[in-house]
Amino acid sequence: MSDTAVVVAGAGKVFNSGTASSVDALIDIDLSIFKGEFVSLIGPSGCGKSTLLRLIADLIEPSSGVVTVNGKSAAQARIDQDYGMAFQQSGLFEWRNVRKNIELPLELKGWDKAQRQARSDEMLELVKLAEFAKHMPWQLSGGMQQRVAIARALAAHPPLLLMDEPFGALDEMTREHMQSELLSICATTGTTVIFVTHSIPEAVYLSDRVVVMSPRPGRITAIVDVKLGANRSESTREVGEFYERITDVREALRAGETARRADGAVLPMGIEDR
Amino acid sequence: MTARRSSRSLNWRRIIMFPLSFVLLGVAWEGYKTVGPAKGGKVFGWQLLPKTGDREMPHILDMVRRLAHPEVRGGKDSIAVVVLRAMTYSLWLSILAVVLGVAIGVSLAVVMSRFRIVERALTPYLIVSQTIPIVALAPLVVGILAYVSRELGAQKWIAAVALGSFLAFFPMAMGALRGLKAAEPASVELMDSYAAGWWTTLFKLRFPASVSYLAPALRLAGASSVVGVVVSEISIGLQPGVGRLILSYSQEATTDPPKLFTAVFGAGALGLMMAGLVLAVEKMMMRNRPLESAA
Repeated sequence: MSDTAVVVAGAGKVFNSGTASSVDALIDIDLSIFKGEFVSLIGPSGCGKSTLLRLIADLIEPSSGVVTVNGKSAAQARIDQDYGMAFQQSGLFEWRNVRKNIELPLELKGWDKAQRQARSDEMLELVKLAEFAKHMPWQLSGGMQQRVAIARALAAHPPLLLMDEPFGALDEMTREHMQSELLSICATTGTTVIFVTHSIPEAVYLSDRVVVMSPRPGRITAIVDVKLGANRSESTREVGEFYERITDVREALRAGETARRADGAVLPMGIEDR
Repeated sequence: MTARRSSRSLNWRRIIMFPLSFVLLGVAWEGYKTVGPAKGGKVFGWQLLPKTGDREMPHILDMVRRLAHPEVRGGKDSIAVVVLRAMTYSLWLSILAVVLGVAIGVSLAVVMSRFRIVERALTPYLIVSQTIPIVALAPLVVGILAYVSRELGAQKWIAAVALGSFLAFFPMAMGALRGLKAAEPASVELMDSYAAGWWTTLFKLRFPASVSYLAPALRLAGASSVVGVVVSEISIGLQPGVGRLILSYSQEATTDPPKLFTAVFGAGALGLMMAGLVLAVEKMMMRNRPLESAA
Protein backbone atom coordinates (compact mmCIF):
# COMPACT_ATOMS: atom_id res chain seq x y z
CA MET A 1 0.00 0.00 0.00
CA SER A 2 2.89 2.36 0.63
CA ASP A 3 3.40 2.98 -3.07
CA THR A 4 -0.07 4.43 -3.57
CA ALA A 5 -0.53 8.19 -3.23
CA VAL A 6 -4.31 8.26 -3.58
CA VAL A 7 -6.92 5.53 -3.21
CA VAL A 8 -10.55 6.23 -4.04
CA ALA A 9 -12.74 3.29 -3.04
CA GLY A 10 -16.40 3.02 -4.02
CA ALA A 11 -16.81 6.78 -3.86
CA GLY A 12 -19.97 8.55 -4.98
CA LYS A 13 -21.30 12.06 -4.77
CA VAL A 14 -24.93 13.13 -4.89
CA PHE A 15 -25.67 16.85 -5.01
CA ASN A 16 -28.95 18.13 -3.52
CA SER A 17 -29.56 14.66 -2.14
CA GLY A 18 -33.19 13.87 -1.31
CA THR A 19 -34.63 16.80 -3.27
CA ALA A 20 -36.25 16.98 -6.69
CA SER A 21 -33.04 18.44 -8.15
CA SER A 22 -30.91 15.56 -6.85
CA VAL A 23 -27.98 14.86 -9.19
CA ASP A 24 -25.67 11.84 -9.21
CA ALA A 25 -22.42 13.65 -9.90
CA LEU A 26 -20.29 10.56 -9.36
CA ILE A 27 -21.03 6.87 -8.80
CA ASP A 28 -18.85 3.86 -7.98
CA ILE A 29 -15.48 5.52 -8.40
CA ASP A 30 -12.56 3.16 -7.76
CA LEU A 31 -9.15 4.56 -8.55
CA SER A 32 -5.63 4.03 -7.24
CA ILE A 33 -2.86 6.43 -8.11
CA PHE A 34 0.74 5.49 -7.47
CA LYS A 35 3.43 7.70 -6.05
CA GLY A 36 5.19 9.76 -8.69
CA GLU A 37 2.49 8.99 -11.25
CA PHE A 38 0.94 11.60 -13.55
CA VAL A 39 -2.75 10.86 -14.04
CA SER A 40 -5.19 12.90 -16.11
CA LEU A 41 -8.94 12.94 -15.66
CA ILE A 42 -10.68 13.59 -18.97
CA GLY A 43 -14.30 13.64 -20.02
CA PRO A 44 -17.07 15.86 -21.32
CA SER A 45 -18.58 18.68 -19.27
CA GLY A 46 -20.60 17.36 -16.36
CA CYS A 47 -18.75 14.03 -16.09
CA GLY A 48 -17.64 14.90 -12.56
CA LYS A 49 -13.90 15.15 -13.18
CA SER A 50 -13.62 18.36 -11.17
CA THR A 51 -15.90 16.89 -8.52
CA LEU A 52 -13.60 13.87 -8.23
CA LEU A 53 -10.61 16.19 -7.86
CA ARG A 54 -12.41 18.08 -5.09
CA LEU A 55 -13.28 14.82 -3.30
CA ILE A 56 -9.57 13.98 -3.26
CA ALA A 57 -8.81 17.51 -2.05
CA ASP A 58 -11.48 17.17 0.67
CA LEU A 59 -13.07 20.40 -0.54
CA ILE A 60 -16.32 18.44 -0.75
CA GLU A 61 -17.25 15.26 1.12
CA PRO A 62 -18.18 12.03 -0.67
CA SER A 63 -21.76 10.85 -0.22
CA SER A 64 -20.46 7.30 -0.10
CA GLY A 65 -17.13 5.48 -0.19
CA VAL A 66 -13.70 6.39 1.15
CA VAL A 67 -10.89 8.62 -0.14
CA THR A 68 -7.39 7.96 1.18
CA VAL A 69 -4.53 10.37 0.49
CA ASN A 70 -0.98 9.55 1.56
CA GLY A 71 -2.25 6.68 3.69
CA LYS A 72 -4.62 8.89 5.72
CA SER A 73 -8.11 10.28 5.35
CA ALA A 74 -8.55 13.05 2.79
CA ALA A 75 -9.59 15.40 5.61
CA GLN A 76 -6.38 14.76 7.54
CA ALA A 77 -4.32 15.12 4.35
CA ARG A 78 -5.88 18.55 3.77
CA ILE A 79 -5.12 19.66 7.32
CA ASP A 80 -1.52 18.41 6.91
CA GLN A 81 -1.29 20.22 3.54
CA ASP A 82 -0.25 17.01 1.81
CA TYR A 83 -1.29 18.44 -1.54
CA GLY A 84 -0.98 21.65 -3.49
CA MET A 85 -3.68 22.87 -5.80
CA ALA A 86 -3.80 24.92 -9.02
CA PHE A 87 -6.91 26.11 -10.83
CA GLN A 88 -7.84 27.36 -14.31
CA GLN A 89 -7.73 30.95 -13.04
CA SER A 90 -4.31 31.33 -11.51
CA GLY A 91 -6.09 32.71 -8.43
CA LEU A 92 -3.09 34.81 -7.44
CA PHE A 93 -3.77 37.45 -4.83
CA GLU A 94 -3.46 40.72 -6.71
CA TRP A 95 -2.31 42.60 -3.62
CA ARG A 96 0.72 40.35 -3.14
CA ASN A 97 3.79 40.36 -5.33
CA VAL A 98 5.01 37.15 -6.96
CA ARG A 99 7.21 36.16 -4.02
CA LYS A 100 4.50 36.86 -1.45
CA ASN A 101 2.03 34.81 -3.46
CA ILE A 102 4.38 31.84 -3.51
CA GLU A 103 4.98 32.22 0.22
CA LEU A 104 1.26 32.19 1.11
CA PRO A 105 1.03 28.46 2.00
CA LEU A 106 4.28 28.73 3.98
CA GLU A 107 2.91 31.72 5.91
CA LEU A 108 -0.18 29.73 6.79
CA LYS A 109 2.05 26.91 8.02
CA GLY A 110 3.77 29.41 10.31
CA TRP A 111 7.22 29.34 8.72
CA ASP A 112 9.50 32.20 9.70
CA LYS A 113 10.69 34.81 7.25
CA ALA A 114 14.12 33.34 6.51
CA GLN A 115 12.68 29.89 5.79
CA ARG A 116 10.03 31.37 3.54
CA GLN A 117 12.57 33.44 1.67
CA ALA A 118 14.82 30.44 1.07
CA ARG A 119 11.95 28.33 -0.20
CA SER A 120 10.46 31.01 -2.43
CA ASP A 121 13.92 31.55 -3.93
CA GLU A 122 14.03 27.85 -4.73
CA MET A 123 10.53 27.93 -6.23
CA LEU A 124 11.21 31.05 -8.32
CA GLU A 125 14.24 29.25 -9.71
CA LEU A 126 12.16 26.15 -10.44
CA VAL A 127 9.55 28.04 -12.49
CA LYS A 128 12.21 30.34 -14.00
CA LEU A 129 10.77 33.57 -12.64
CA ALA A 130 13.62 34.65 -10.36
CA GLU A 131 13.83 38.13 -11.85
CA PHE A 132 10.07 38.68 -11.41
CA ALA A 133 9.97 38.13 -7.64
CA LYS A 134 8.87 41.71 -6.94
CA HIS A 135 6.40 42.02 -9.81
CA MET A 136 2.71 42.21 -9.12
CA PRO A 137 0.51 39.48 -10.68
CA TRP A 138 -1.23 41.90 -13.08
CA GLN A 139 2.14 42.79 -14.56
CA LEU A 140 2.66 39.20 -15.76
CA SER A 141 1.37 37.33 -18.80
CA GLY A 142 -1.19 34.53 -18.36
CA GLY A 143 1.46 31.83 -18.72
CA MET A 144 3.72 33.48 -16.14
CA GLN A 145 0.81 33.84 -13.72
CA GLN A 146 0.09 30.16 -14.09
CA ARG A 147 3.76 29.38 -13.38
CA VAL A 148 3.51 31.42 -10.17
CA ALA A 149 0.38 29.45 -9.26
CA ILE A 150 2.26 26.19 -9.79
CA ALA A 151 5.17 27.48 -7.70
CA ARG A 152 2.69 28.38 -4.97
CA ALA A 153 1.09 24.94 -5.16
CA LEU A 154 4.49 23.26 -4.80
CA ALA A 155 5.99 25.69 -2.27
CA ALA A 156 5.41 23.49 0.76
CA HIS A 157 6.85 20.50 -1.16
CA PRO A 158 3.61 18.56 -1.06
CA PRO A 159 3.88 14.98 -2.36
CA LEU A 160 0.71 15.49 -4.41
CA LEU A 161 -0.31 18.19 -6.89
CA LEU A 162 -3.98 18.59 -7.87
CA MET A 163 -4.63 20.64 -11.01
CA ASP A 164 -8.01 21.68 -12.40
CA GLU A 165 -7.61 22.68 -16.06
CA PRO A 166 -4.65 24.87 -15.16
CA PHE A 167 -3.78 25.66 -18.77
CA GLY A 168 -7.36 25.97 -20.00
CA ALA A 169 -7.23 29.74 -20.32
CA LEU A 170 -3.89 29.88 -22.16
CA ASP A 171 -3.27 30.12 -25.89
CA GLU A 172 -2.11 26.99 -27.68
CA MET A 173 1.59 27.93 -27.96
CA THR A 174 1.89 28.93 -24.29
CA ARG A 175 -0.09 25.88 -23.35
CA GLU A 176 2.29 23.42 -25.03
CA HIS A 177 5.23 25.25 -23.53
CA MET A 178 3.69 25.07 -20.06
CA GLN A 179 3.02 21.34 -20.48
CA SER A 180 6.72 20.71 -21.09
CA GLU A 181 7.62 22.97 -18.15
CA LEU A 182 5.25 21.05 -15.89
CA LEU A 183 6.76 17.71 -16.94
CA SER A 184 10.27 18.89 -16.19
CA ILE A 185 9.18 20.34 -12.83
CA CYS A 186 7.55 17.03 -11.91
CA ALA A 187 10.64 15.13 -13.03
CA THR A 188 12.72 17.33 -10.70
CA THR A 189 10.42 17.08 -7.70
CA GLY A 190 8.97 13.58 -8.12
CA THR A 191 5.51 14.96 -7.34
CA THR A 192 2.41 12.86 -7.98
CA VAL A 193 -0.02 14.80 -10.19
CA ILE A 194 -3.74 14.51 -10.79
CA PHE A 195 -4.63 16.72 -13.73
CA VAL A 196 -8.15 17.58 -14.90
CA THR A 197 -8.40 18.56 -18.55
CA HIS A 198 -10.74 18.43 -21.51
CA SER A 199 -7.97 18.34 -24.10
CA ILE A 200 -7.05 14.88 -25.41
CA PRO A 201 -3.53 15.76 -26.66
CA GLU A 202 -2.76 17.51 -23.38
CA ALA A 203 -3.84 14.47 -21.37
CA VAL A 204 -1.85 12.08 -23.58
CA TYR A 205 1.29 14.20 -23.66
CA LEU A 206 1.44 14.70 -19.90
CA SER A 207 0.15 11.48 -18.42
CA ASP A 208 1.26 8.03 -17.45
CA ARG A 209 -2.41 7.07 -17.38
CA VAL A 210 -5.50 8.81 -18.70
CA VAL A 211 -8.71 8.23 -16.76
CA VAL A 212 -11.68 8.56 -19.13
CA MET A 213 -14.96 9.61 -17.56
CA SER A 214 -18.52 9.92 -18.80
CA PRO A 215 -21.48 11.94 -17.52
CA ARG A 216 -24.95 11.38 -16.06
CA PRO A 217 -24.07 9.73 -13.82
CA GLY A 218 -20.37 10.61 -13.66
CA ARG A 219 -18.25 7.47 -13.71
CA ILE A 220 -14.96 6.06 -14.95
CA THR A 221 -15.44 4.25 -18.26
CA ALA A 222 -11.84 3.44 -19.19
CA ILE A 223 -8.25 3.94 -18.13
CA VAL A 224 -5.74 4.31 -20.97
CA ASP A 225 -2.08 3.46 -20.32
CA VAL A 226 0.01 5.96 -22.25
CA LYS A 227 3.58 4.64 -21.85
CA LEU A 228 5.27 7.36 -23.85
CA GLY A 229 8.25 7.13 -21.53
CA ALA A 230 9.83 9.56 -19.15
CA ASN A 231 11.85 11.47 -21.70
CA ARG A 232 9.06 13.21 -23.53
CA SER A 233 9.93 16.36 -25.42
CA GLU A 234 8.33 18.61 -28.01
CA SER A 235 9.21 16.04 -30.71
CA THR A 236 7.12 13.44 -28.88
CA ARG A 237 4.09 15.34 -30.15
CA GLU A 238 4.98 14.22 -33.67
CA VAL A 239 5.59 10.49 -33.21
CA GLY A 240 3.07 7.88 -34.32
CA GLU A 241 2.69 6.46 -30.82
CA PHE A 242 1.45 9.82 -29.59
CA TYR A 243 -1.33 9.77 -32.20
CA GLU A 244 -2.17 6.16 -31.42
CA ARG A 245 -2.71 7.01 -27.75
CA ILE A 246 -4.81 10.01 -28.77
CA THR A 247 -6.95 7.68 -30.85
CA ASP A 248 -7.22 5.27 -27.91
CA VAL A 249 -8.46 8.02 -25.60
CA ARG A 250 -10.84 9.37 -28.22
CA GLU A 251 -12.33 5.93 -28.77
CA ALA A 252 -12.65 5.37 -25.05
CA LEU A 253 -14.51 8.69 -24.79
CA ARG A 254 -16.83 7.68 -27.63
CA ALA A 255 -17.42 4.26 -26.11
CA GLY A 256 -18.38 5.95 -22.87
CA GLU A 257 -20.80 8.10 -24.77
CA THR A 258 -22.28 5.28 -26.92
CA ALA A 259 -22.92 3.22 -23.84
CA ARG A 260 -25.37 5.92 -22.90
CA ARG A 261 -26.70 6.98 -26.29
CA ALA A 262 -27.72 4.88 -29.27
CA ASP A 263 -26.57 7.31 -31.94
CA GLY A 264 -23.23 8.11 -30.25
CA ALA A 265 -21.12 8.62 -33.34
CA VAL A 266 -20.06 12.13 -32.50
CA LEU A 267 -17.45 13.24 -30.00
CA PRO A 268 -18.98 14.20 -26.68
CA MET A 269 -19.53 17.87 -26.02
CA GLY A 270 -16.79 19.85 -24.34
CA ILE A 271 -13.90 17.74 -25.65
CA GLU A 272 -11.16 19.35 -27.65
CA ASP A 273 -9.88 17.18 -30.44
CA ARG A 274 -6.88 19.34 -31.23
CA MET B 1 6.88 58.87 -24.17
CA THR B 2 3.64 60.24 -25.51
CA ALA B 3 1.61 58.54 -22.82
CA ARG B 4 3.84 60.03 -20.18
CA ARG B 5 3.62 63.53 -21.57
CA SER B 6 -0.15 63.39 -21.85
CA SER B 7 -0.49 62.19 -18.29
CA ARG B 8 1.69 65.04 -17.09
CA SER B 9 -0.35 67.64 -18.96
CA LEU B 10 -3.46 66.04 -17.49
CA ASN B 11 -2.07 66.56 -13.99
CA TRP B 12 -1.29 70.14 -14.82
CA ARG B 13 -4.82 70.66 -16.08
CA ARG B 14 -6.16 69.13 -12.90
CA ILE B 15 -4.17 71.51 -10.74
CA ILE B 16 -5.32 74.59 -12.66
CA MET B 17 -8.97 73.49 -12.86
CA PHE B 18 -9.79 74.01 -9.20
CA PRO B 19 -8.68 77.67 -8.85
CA LEU B 20 -10.06 78.34 -12.31
CA SER B 21 -13.50 77.03 -11.34
CA PHE B 22 -13.27 79.25 -8.26
CA VAL B 23 -12.61 82.30 -10.40
CA LEU B 24 -15.43 81.37 -12.78
CA LEU B 25 -17.84 80.95 -9.87
CA GLY B 26 -16.80 84.39 -8.59
CA VAL B 27 -17.30 85.94 -12.01
CA ALA B 28 -20.74 84.34 -12.30
CA TRP B 29 -21.69 85.59 -8.82
CA GLU B 30 -20.60 89.15 -9.47
CA GLY B 31 -21.95 89.07 -13.02
CA TYR B 32 -25.44 88.08 -11.92
CA LYS B 33 -25.26 90.60 -9.09
CA THR B 34 -24.62 93.35 -11.65
CA VAL B 35 -27.18 92.20 -14.21
CA GLY B 36 -29.92 90.58 -12.12
CA PRO B 37 -32.94 92.39 -10.58
CA ALA B 38 -32.27 93.82 -7.11
CA LYS B 39 -35.66 92.72 -5.77
CA GLY B 40 -35.55 89.31 -7.46
CA GLY B 41 -37.67 88.42 -10.43
CA LYS B 42 -40.43 86.19 -11.68
CA VAL B 43 -40.18 83.55 -14.36
CA PHE B 44 -43.61 82.54 -15.71
CA GLY B 45 -45.16 83.95 -12.55
CA TRP B 46 -42.87 82.03 -10.18
CA GLN B 47 -40.53 83.88 -7.85
CA LEU B 48 -37.38 82.15 -9.14
CA LEU B 49 -34.68 84.76 -9.69
CA PRO B 50 -32.74 85.42 -6.47
CA LYS B 51 -32.46 88.93 -5.10
CA THR B 52 -29.15 90.62 -5.82
CA GLY B 53 -29.04 93.21 -3.05
CA ASP B 54 -25.97 93.45 -0.84
CA ARG B 55 -27.92 91.78 1.94
CA GLU B 56 -28.70 88.64 -0.08
CA MET B 57 -25.62 88.55 -2.30
CA PRO B 58 -22.74 90.43 -0.74
CA HIS B 59 -19.76 91.31 -2.91
CA ILE B 60 -17.05 88.67 -2.84
CA LEU B 61 -14.53 91.32 -1.93
CA ASP B 62 -16.66 92.22 1.12
CA MET B 63 -16.68 88.61 2.22
CA VAL B 64 -12.90 88.36 1.88
CA ARG B 65 -12.48 91.69 3.67
CA ARG B 66 -14.79 90.50 6.42
CA LEU B 67 -12.38 87.63 7.06
CA ALA B 68 -9.69 90.09 8.10
CA HIS B 69 -11.86 91.90 10.66
CA PRO B 70 -12.67 90.71 14.16
CA GLU B 71 -15.87 88.81 14.91
CA VAL B 72 -17.38 91.71 16.88
CA ARG B 73 -16.24 95.28 17.00
CA GLY B 74 -13.21 95.53 19.26
CA GLY B 75 -12.70 91.75 19.25
CA LYS B 76 -9.19 90.37 19.51
CA ASP B 77 -8.93 87.82 16.66
CA SER B 78 -9.92 88.26 13.03
CA ILE B 79 -12.82 86.19 11.74
CA ALA B 80 -10.39 84.17 9.62
CA VAL B 81 -8.73 82.95 12.80
CA VAL B 82 -12.06 82.27 14.48
CA VAL B 83 -13.34 80.29 11.48
CA LEU B 84 -10.07 78.41 11.18
CA ARG B 85 -10.20 77.49 14.85
CA ALA B 86 -13.78 76.30 14.46
CA MET B 87 -12.79 74.25 11.39
CA THR B 88 -9.98 72.56 13.27
CA TYR B 89 -12.33 71.67 16.07
CA SER B 90 -15.00 70.32 13.70
CA LEU B 91 -12.38 68.46 11.66
CA TRP B 92 -11.16 66.62 14.75
CA LEU B 93 -14.70 65.68 15.68
CA SER B 94 -15.32 64.52 12.09
CA ILE B 95 -12.15 62.41 12.10
CA LEU B 96 -13.17 60.82 15.38
CA ALA B 97 -16.63 60.24 13.92
CA VAL B 98 -15.34 58.64 10.73
CA VAL B 99 -12.89 56.40 12.62
CA LEU B 100 -15.66 55.27 14.93
CA GLY B 101 -18.07 54.86 12.00
CA VAL B 102 -15.58 52.78 10.03
CA ALA B 103 -14.87 50.57 13.04
CA ILE B 104 -18.58 49.99 13.69
CA GLY B 105 -19.46 49.60 10.00
CA VAL B 106 -16.71 47.11 9.23
CA SER B 107 -17.39 45.10 12.40
CA LEU B 108 -21.07 44.90 11.49
CA ALA B 109 -20.16 43.80 7.97
CA VAL B 110 -17.88 41.07 9.32
CA VAL B 111 -20.63 39.71 11.57
CA MET B 112 -23.19 39.97 8.76
CA SER B 113 -20.96 38.20 6.27
CA ARG B 114 -20.28 35.46 8.82
CA PHE B 115 -23.89 34.86 9.79
CA ARG B 116 -26.51 35.17 7.06
CA ILE B 117 -29.23 35.35 9.69
CA VAL B 118 -27.67 38.45 11.28
CA GLU B 119 -27.59 40.12 7.89
CA ARG B 120 -31.27 39.45 7.34
CA ALA B 121 -32.20 40.56 10.84
CA LEU B 122 -30.12 43.74 10.76
CA THR B 123 -30.68 45.07 7.23
CA PRO B 124 -34.12 46.68 7.88
CA TYR B 125 -32.77 48.46 10.97
CA LEU B 126 -29.80 49.75 9.04
CA ILE B 127 -32.06 51.19 6.36
CA VAL B 128 -34.39 52.75 8.94
CA SER B 129 -31.38 54.26 10.70
CA GLN B 130 -30.54 56.19 7.53
CA THR B 131 -34.05 57.50 6.88
CA ILE B 132 -34.47 59.16 10.28
CA PRO B 133 -33.44 62.82 9.89
CA ILE B 134 -30.40 63.54 12.01
CA VAL B 135 -31.99 66.79 13.20
CA ALA B 136 -34.64 64.70 14.91
CA LEU B 137 -32.05 62.43 16.51
CA ALA B 138 -29.67 65.10 17.77
CA PRO B 139 -31.82 66.37 20.68
CA LEU B 140 -32.53 62.76 21.63
CA VAL B 141 -28.84 61.92 21.80
CA VAL B 142 -28.15 65.12 23.70
CA GLY B 143 -30.91 64.22 26.12
CA ILE B 144 -29.44 60.78 26.72
CA LEU B 145 -26.00 62.32 27.00
CA ALA B 146 -27.20 64.89 29.50
CA TYR B 147 -28.28 61.99 31.68
CA VAL B 148 -25.00 60.15 31.11
CA SER B 149 -22.99 63.29 31.79
CA ARG B 150 -24.64 63.65 35.17
CA GLU B 151 -23.65 60.09 35.96
CA LEU B 152 -20.27 59.84 34.25
CA GLY B 153 -19.24 63.39 33.40
CA ALA B 154 -19.49 62.91 29.61
CA GLN B 155 -18.92 65.91 27.36
CA LYS B 156 -21.31 67.49 24.88
CA TRP B 157 -19.00 66.94 21.90
CA ILE B 158 -19.47 63.20 22.29
CA ALA B 159 -23.00 63.70 20.95
CA ALA B 160 -21.66 65.31 17.76
CA VAL B 161 -19.16 62.47 17.27
CA ALA B 162 -21.87 59.89 17.94
CA LEU B 163 -24.17 61.46 15.34
CA GLY B 164 -21.35 61.84 12.81
CA SER B 165 -20.44 58.19 13.15
CA PHE B 166 -24.13 57.32 13.03
CA LEU B 167 -24.18 58.68 9.47
CA ALA B 168 -20.74 57.32 8.57
CA PHE B 169 -21.15 53.69 9.63
CA PHE B 170 -23.87 52.91 7.09
CA PRO B 171 -22.00 53.33 3.77
CA MET B 172 -19.04 51.59 5.42
CA ALA B 173 -21.12 48.61 6.53
CA MET B 174 -22.75 48.25 3.10
CA GLY B 175 -19.46 48.64 1.19
CA ALA B 176 -17.57 46.29 3.47
CA LEU B 177 -20.35 43.70 3.31
CA ARG B 178 -20.22 43.67 -0.49
CA GLY B 179 -16.43 43.65 -0.40
CA LEU B 180 -16.20 40.75 2.03
CA LYS B 181 -18.40 38.71 -0.29
CA ALA B 182 -16.37 39.71 -3.35
CA ALA B 183 -13.46 37.29 -2.89
CA GLU B 184 -13.11 34.95 -5.88
CA PRO B 185 -14.63 31.51 -5.23
CA ALA B 186 -11.37 29.97 -6.46
CA SER B 187 -9.44 31.98 -3.88
CA VAL B 188 -11.80 30.85 -1.13
CA GLU B 189 -11.33 27.26 -2.32
CA LEU B 190 -7.57 27.79 -2.26
CA MET B 191 -7.72 28.93 1.37
CA ASP B 192 -9.90 25.89 2.14
CA SER B 193 -7.29 23.66 0.51
CA TYR B 194 -4.77 25.06 3.00
CA ALA B 195 -7.22 24.19 5.78
CA ALA B 196 -7.12 27.89 6.72
CA GLY B 197 -9.59 28.88 9.43
CA TRP B 198 -12.28 31.54 9.13
CA TRP B 199 -10.23 34.30 10.77
CA THR B 200 -7.15 33.49 8.71
CA THR B 201 -9.23 33.62 5.53
CA LEU B 202 -10.74 36.92 6.71
CA PHE B 203 -7.38 38.61 7.17
CA LYS B 204 -5.35 36.99 4.38
CA LEU B 205 -8.06 36.99 1.73
CA ARG B 206 -11.38 38.68 2.44
CA PHE B 207 -10.14 42.01 3.81
CA PRO B 208 -7.50 42.57 1.10
CA ALA B 209 -9.98 41.48 -1.58
CA SER B 210 -12.55 44.01 -0.31
CA VAL B 211 -10.31 47.06 -0.61
CA SER B 212 -11.74 48.23 -3.93
CA TYR B 213 -15.17 48.28 -2.25
CA LEU B 214 -13.91 49.89 0.95
CA ALA B 215 -12.33 52.87 -0.81
CA PRO B 216 -15.54 54.39 -2.27
CA ALA B 217 -17.40 53.51 0.94
CA LEU B 218 -14.79 55.45 2.88
CA ARG B 219 -15.36 58.48 0.65
CA LEU B 220 -19.08 58.43 1.45
CA ALA B 221 -18.37 57.86 5.13
CA GLY B 222 -16.00 60.85 5.21
CA ALA B 223 -18.57 63.17 3.68
CA SER B 224 -21.35 61.83 5.91
CA SER B 225 -19.33 62.27 9.06
CA VAL B 226 -18.75 65.97 8.28
CA VAL B 227 -22.45 66.52 7.61
CA GLY B 228 -23.35 64.66 10.79
CA VAL B 229 -20.94 66.63 12.95
CA VAL B 230 -21.82 70.07 11.52
CA VAL B 231 -25.57 69.47 11.63
CA SER B 232 -25.42 68.24 15.21
CA GLU B 233 -23.24 71.22 16.16
CA ILE B 234 -26.02 73.43 14.84
CA SER B 235 -28.76 71.47 16.50
CA ILE B 236 -27.13 71.17 19.94
CA GLY B 237 -25.32 74.50 19.74
CA LEU B 238 -21.88 73.05 20.35
CA GLN B 239 -19.71 76.05 21.08
CA PRO B 240 -16.44 76.09 19.11
CA GLY B 241 -17.58 74.24 15.94
CA VAL B 242 -18.30 75.46 12.41
CA GLY B 243 -21.97 74.48 12.84
CA ARG B 244 -22.28 76.81 15.80
CA LEU B 245 -20.67 79.65 13.80
CA ILE B 246 -23.18 79.18 10.96
CA LEU B 247 -26.02 79.28 13.49
CA SER B 248 -24.91 82.43 15.30
CA TYR B 249 -23.73 84.29 12.17
CA SER B 250 -27.02 83.60 10.39
CA GLN B 251 -28.74 85.55 13.17
CA GLU B 252 -26.69 88.54 12.05
CA ALA B 253 -27.41 87.93 8.35
CA THR B 254 -29.38 91.16 8.00
CA THR B 255 -26.91 93.46 9.76
CA ASP B 256 -23.66 91.82 8.64
CA PRO B 257 -24.39 89.67 5.55
CA PRO B 258 -20.77 88.78 4.57
CA LYS B 259 -20.18 87.35 8.03
CA LEU B 260 -22.45 84.34 7.42
CA PHE B 261 -20.59 83.57 4.20
CA THR B 262 -17.27 83.35 6.05
CA ALA B 263 -18.69 80.51 8.14
CA VAL B 264 -20.13 78.83 5.03
CA PHE B 265 -16.66 79.01 3.44
CA GLY B 266 -15.37 77.34 6.57
CA ALA B 267 -17.86 74.49 6.23
CA GLY B 268 -16.93 74.05 2.57
CA ALA B 269 -13.22 74.02 3.33
CA LEU B 270 -13.88 71.52 6.11
CA GLY B 271 -15.49 69.17 3.60
CA LEU B 272 -12.53 69.57 1.25
CA MET B 273 -10.06 68.84 4.03
CA MET B 274 -11.89 65.65 4.95
CA ALA B 275 -12.01 64.64 1.29
CA GLY B 276 -8.24 65.19 1.06
CA LEU B 277 -7.63 63.06 4.13
CA VAL B 278 -9.81 60.27 2.77
CA LEU B 279 -8.03 60.46 -0.58
CA ALA B 280 -4.66 60.07 1.14
CA VAL B 281 -5.89 57.00 3.03
CA GLU B 282 -7.35 55.63 -0.20
CA LYS B 283 -4.04 56.10 -2.04
CA MET B 284 -2.36 54.16 0.72
CA MET B 285 -4.89 51.35 0.53
CA MET B 286 -4.69 51.11 -3.26
CA ARG B 287 -0.92 51.15 -3.65
CA ASN B 288 0.39 48.23 -5.69
CA ARG B 289 -3.04 47.59 -7.13
CA PRO B 290 -3.82 47.45 -10.85
CA LEU B 291 -4.92 50.85 -12.13
CA GLU B 292 -8.37 49.76 -13.32
CA SER B 293 -9.67 49.25 -9.80
CA ALA B 294 -7.96 52.39 -8.52
CA ALA B 295 -9.88 54.56 -10.96
